[in-house]
Amino acid sequence: MSIKSENFREKAIEYTLFILSLSAIIFLAGIIFTLIKEAIPAFKEIGFFKMLLSKDWYPTYDPPDFGILPLMAGTMVVTVIALLISIPLGLACAIYISELAGKREKVFLKPFIELLSSIPSVVYGFWGIVFLAPAIQKYFDIPSGYCAITSGIVLGIMSAPIIASLSEDSLNYVPKSFKEAAFALGSNKFETLMNVTIPAAASGIITSIILGTGRIIGETMVVLMLSGGAAIMPTSALEPVRPMTSAIAAEMGEAAFKTLHYYSLFAIALILFAITFVLNMLAEKISKKYRIKLGSSR
Amino acid sequence: MLKLDTEKKEHNFSYTSVKNAMEKVILDPSQKARIKVRNLNFSYGEKQALKNISLDIYEKKVTAIIGPSGCGKSTFIRILNRMSDFTLSSKVEGEILLDGKDIFSKDFSPVELRKKVGMVFQKPNPFPKSIIENIAYGLKINGVKDKHKIEEKVIKSLKRAALYEEIKNRINESALGLSGGQQQRLCIARCIAIEPEVILFDEPCASLDPISTAKIEELILELKNYYTIVIVTHNMQQALRVSDYTAFFLMGELIEFNETKKIFENPSDKRTEDYITGRFG
Ligand SMILES: Nc1ncnc2c1ncn2[C@@H]1O[C@H](COP(=O)(O)OP(=O)(O)OP(=O)(O)O)[C@@H](O)[C@H]1O
Ligand SMILES: [Mg+2]
Repeated sequence: MSIKSENFREKAIEYTLFILSLSAIIFLAGIIFTLIKEAIPAFKEIGFFKMLLSKDWYPTYDPPDFGILPLMAGTMVVTVIALLISIPLGLACAIYISELAGKREKVFLKPFIELLSSIPSVVYGFWGIVFLAPAIQKYFDIPSGYCAITSGIVLGIMSAPIIASLSEDSLNYVPKSFKEAAFALGSNKFETLMNVTIPAAASGIITSIILGTGRIIGETMVVLMLSGGAAIMPTSALEPVRPMTSAIAAEMGEAAFKTLHYYSLFAIALILFAITFVLNMLAEKISKKYRIKLGSSR
Repeated sequence: MLKLDTEKKEHNFSYTSVKNAMEKVILDPSQKARIKVRNLNFSYGEKQALKNISLDIYEKKVTAIIGPSGCGKSTFIRILNRMSDFTLSSKVEGEILLDGKDIFSKDFSPVELRKKVGMVFQKPNPFPKSIIENIAYGLKINGVKDKHKIEEKVIKSLKRAALYEEIKNRINESALGLSGGQQQRLCIARCIAIEPEVILFDEPCASLDPISTAKIEELILELKNYYTIVIVTHNMQQALRVSDYTAFFLMGELIEFNETKKIFENPSDKRTEDYITGRFG
């Protein structure tokens, strides 16, 4: 093959890859465009702040109410419960695997954690329906086991592997020389972990928690199956809630095309998108800072 | 673990009874040995990295460990404070006594050992914290709580490490902002803050420029007044300048151990002579 055609081939490959990577951006732009376009009528008609701050979500009543505060509150309660479970669980796993486990345990545990995070959420949802919801109902003696705490617990268990796996990576990334320095000063394992390893991995750990939070907020199937679905302001974790994602998933099918209900679901989706977008940006920013910080001392 | 009758040995020998090259390992009965290494073997998995090493580390003297790359110098000094414990699937055999106590015995915890036998690494490795926190860390884990006491000790250690004057206005700044030489002296300060008895240096000047190197060498000569020192070095001149005793390692074996002057002026082994005069390694 001549040098010229070789050159041409390389260029062709380069451009193909470039266009393919560009398409990802185009898809993202398309999604954002659709969201905004379909959400604007809702904001216009109902009013942005009224929608955000009013406490009634009765989209099918006459006259309808489109306050999404109870939906956001539902998302919030469920997310907080989930984080209360997934952060300690995920971090404990990460620390155990990266710092304490022996070689053989590591070989077994790491793929196991990865496997956990690849289980479809509907399976977690089933487990919640069959096992957890009845147990919660019995234990707290409440009318229904489908409530904020049930879906929060399942979401927490579900997102723990994400936090564990990412935190474990960042703990592994801490230069060995830091740990050696600590040990050589007569620190025991625990002191080294608390004073040196975890602080050095802190930004990575925070990033993992942010990404885990994004996953929890965006999760649909589990909250749809387990939250109970009541669009009212929750006053306790034992009440049924209707998080934003489950409202969209449940109502999109029945909302008539191009009605106010339809537009307002897009508005919820846009807000959801904005929240996860900000979380991702935050995670990106923190992890970038982290790379530079350790980079200078390697 | 091999047990030797070390009591007996101390009285009636100036040579150890190591199998080979025994006449090349000359122990000095006039000196007080802080650390006694006897018949030390070490392997990484299947690979034996140290073979039957026996020597003494004398109190308030500088002992240099020299030898070509890969001969086991780092391996050797990392055993002295049991940093080698962290190497997976490694095996130690033999005996190391610190003031007569077996460092591998059950009732000698490695954490306690490392408080007595400090270490400075080849690459400066300050924590990504402020200068003062770097030194305070070791004090805190050793139970010093009083703030004034900590500050006092931090300054004392910085002074002793000949760093204080240069950085006294920035002790609250990040240690990562210091130059390589300053970072290494900070690591020395951090090490001496917890008042070890023995300090192990693994090529402390390997990543430093000549001026920083000279400063560290000067510092080691000063520290000798307070501490027992072991230093691994690739630099013959450095060994000659700072050490009182020198051990020459080759392929995991101790070829010769003697007073530095003797090793450099009149080595008893041809291989030592070849190495020192730069014919190999
Ligand atoms: N963690 C390890 N696992 C397996 N083999 C190792 C390990 N560390 C060192 N070795 C091997 O043991 C031998 C001695 O290594 P060591 O680091 O003690 O040499 P050294 O004398 O310090 O060399 P240098 O002057 O290059 O620092 C070498 O052959 C090395 O390849
Ligand atoms: Mg070495």
